[in-house]
Amino acid sequence: MDFLKDPLKVAADWLLGIFAGWGMPELWANVLIGFLGIFILVALLMVLDIFLVWIERKVVSRFQSRIGPNRVGPFGLIQPFADIIKLLIKEDTTPEGADRVLYNLAPILSMMSVLILWAVVPLAPSILGVDLNIGVLYIIAAGAIGTLSIIMAGWSSNNKYSLIGAFREAAVMLSFEIPMLTVMLIPTIFTGSMGIGAITQAQDTWFVFLAPLAAVIFLIAAIAELGRSPFDMGEAESELISGYNIEYSGMKFGMFYAGELLHAFTFGGFWAILFFGGYRFFGLEQVSAFLAIAILFFKAFIGYWIIMWIKYTLLRIRIDHMLAFNWKFLTPVAFVLLMATAFMNALLADASNWLYIGGMFLSNVLVAWISLEVARSASRRERERVEGGKAVEAHQ
Amino acid sequence: MTIDQIIFLVVAVATLIAAFRVVTTGNLIHAAFWLIAALFGVAAIFAILHASFLAVVQVVVYIGAISILFIFAVMLTRKDMRDQGPQLNRNWGFGAFLAALALVGLVFLVHGWSGVTKTAPAFPSEFDAVSALGNALVSPDAYVLPFEVASVLLVAALVGAVYVAYNRK
Repeated sequence: MDFLKDPLKVAADWLLGIFAGWGMPELWANVLIGFLGIFILVALLMVLDIFLVWIERKVVSRFQSRIGPNRVGPFGLIQPFADIIKLLIKEDTTPEGADRVLYNLAPILSMMSVLILWAVVPLAPSILGVDLNIGVLYIIAAGAIGTLSIIMAGWSSNNKYSLIGAFREAAVMLSFEIPMLTVMLIPTIFTGSMGIGAITQAQDTWFVFLAPLAAVIFLIAAIAELGRSPFDMGEAESELISGYNIEYSGMKFGMFYAGELLHAFTFGGFWAILFFGGYRFFGLEQVSAFLAIAILFFKAFIGYWIIMWIKYTLLRIRIDHMLAFNWKFLTPVAFVLLMATAFMNALLADASNWLYIGGMFLSNVLVAWISLEVARSASRRERERVEGGKAVEAHQ
Repeated sequence: MTIDQIIFLVVAVATLIAAFRVVTTGNLIHAAFWLIAALFGVAAIFAILHASFLAVVQVVVYIGAISILFIFAVMLTRKDMRDQGPQLNRNWGFGAFLAALALVGLVFLVHGWSGVTKTAPAFPSEFDAVSALGNALVSPDAYVLPFEVASVLLVAALVGAVYVAYNRK
């Protein structure tokens, strides 16, 4: 029973007993167990990553009315391993004039920026890497390292296309960080803590019912942060060939690719954690830690699936439209929503639970409606200005 | 020597080496990346001191925004990333003298201070540094005035930047 509730503690105690039997001091044994835990988590994530390649390819083929990989193994399940062998035996090229140290460091940093996110993911009530009290900010900080890796890759490749791609990608990531952090503060207001574990624990009602608009803004900002379509101007194949990772081949490209897939899955997970209750599902998470992990992964896969759905449905947005959309629409809306939520939170502090949920939901709907109306009238004025100008030109 | 001290020494040495490379490397982009390494070391030192909020803000603001801005600025304004000229100008002797003087002064100050040999008291178990910091920033008895003055300054800078960059048609 104990093993089902808290498997990590049982395993750690068992290992501690073994190490103590070998005459190892307790401090070193604990450090070693900590390292083993990290190693196992990272290893499992990398194995998951291998299958994410298969999932991505299968899902995209369904969206595009194809069958997808189906030759190697049942349902093409062995295909990712064949891909890995191909990546490993490919020639590892370094372009002329590349900055070797930075060129080789960039894929590692890119993968690292995704893997360190999992330090704060609460997998189950008892399984949590670190319960940082600033978990929300930590996610943004890990994204900052991702931005750095892209700039590093783009510059060190000594290729103008990769540099332009990196500039675009970094501009997008830097700008969309702001609405993302702002809406991540909304679960923080509901919880009274920035810790991811505390945010999950506080969701007796899923926060998506309290702040649907915040959930939508988070998803949009997360997709931009991932550099996925429709925000994938940084690697637009038709004009930049592949953006910042043009020059990379073999496993170094594989690191970028696998990092991107795991990043998308991770943000599906954070969407689930911040707005859909994380591992909580009608008390099922109390039964067993393994069930809680399964619930979290199920929700994360739904988030990942929605991100893929958007990626393969929408067309690419032009870079200036993308930045204007962020700075002139998403950021102000996120700020207004944060202020409205803080105000309603203070106003409804003593109200009953249903009134609180209803008030929060209505304030979100109101902010969404007003911002859409403002955007509509602004775009109508813009359209009239442009079309009016054209009409004048035609007369001359 | 405790594990904390070993980690501190490793991080501090790495930070100092990175900071030294910032000013000695001839390649401006390399200098920017060494600067990032040095800032990361400072963030690690904040984390060792249990100032987790400051550590993360250091990474978000300095590494995520300011150093990326440095790299943008260098790449957009320079044709050649290598610095051709000499690394030192003729004031280096005076500069070295001032730095040495500051070092001697610091060593003297720290030597005379009784707090240097004490160990820091442990945090109470339920102490939440982040909410303490948040309360201090908006509490009238603490730092609300400096906080608001800094906000006004930043807004003024923002408005000024928009005014300078605004393109009148």
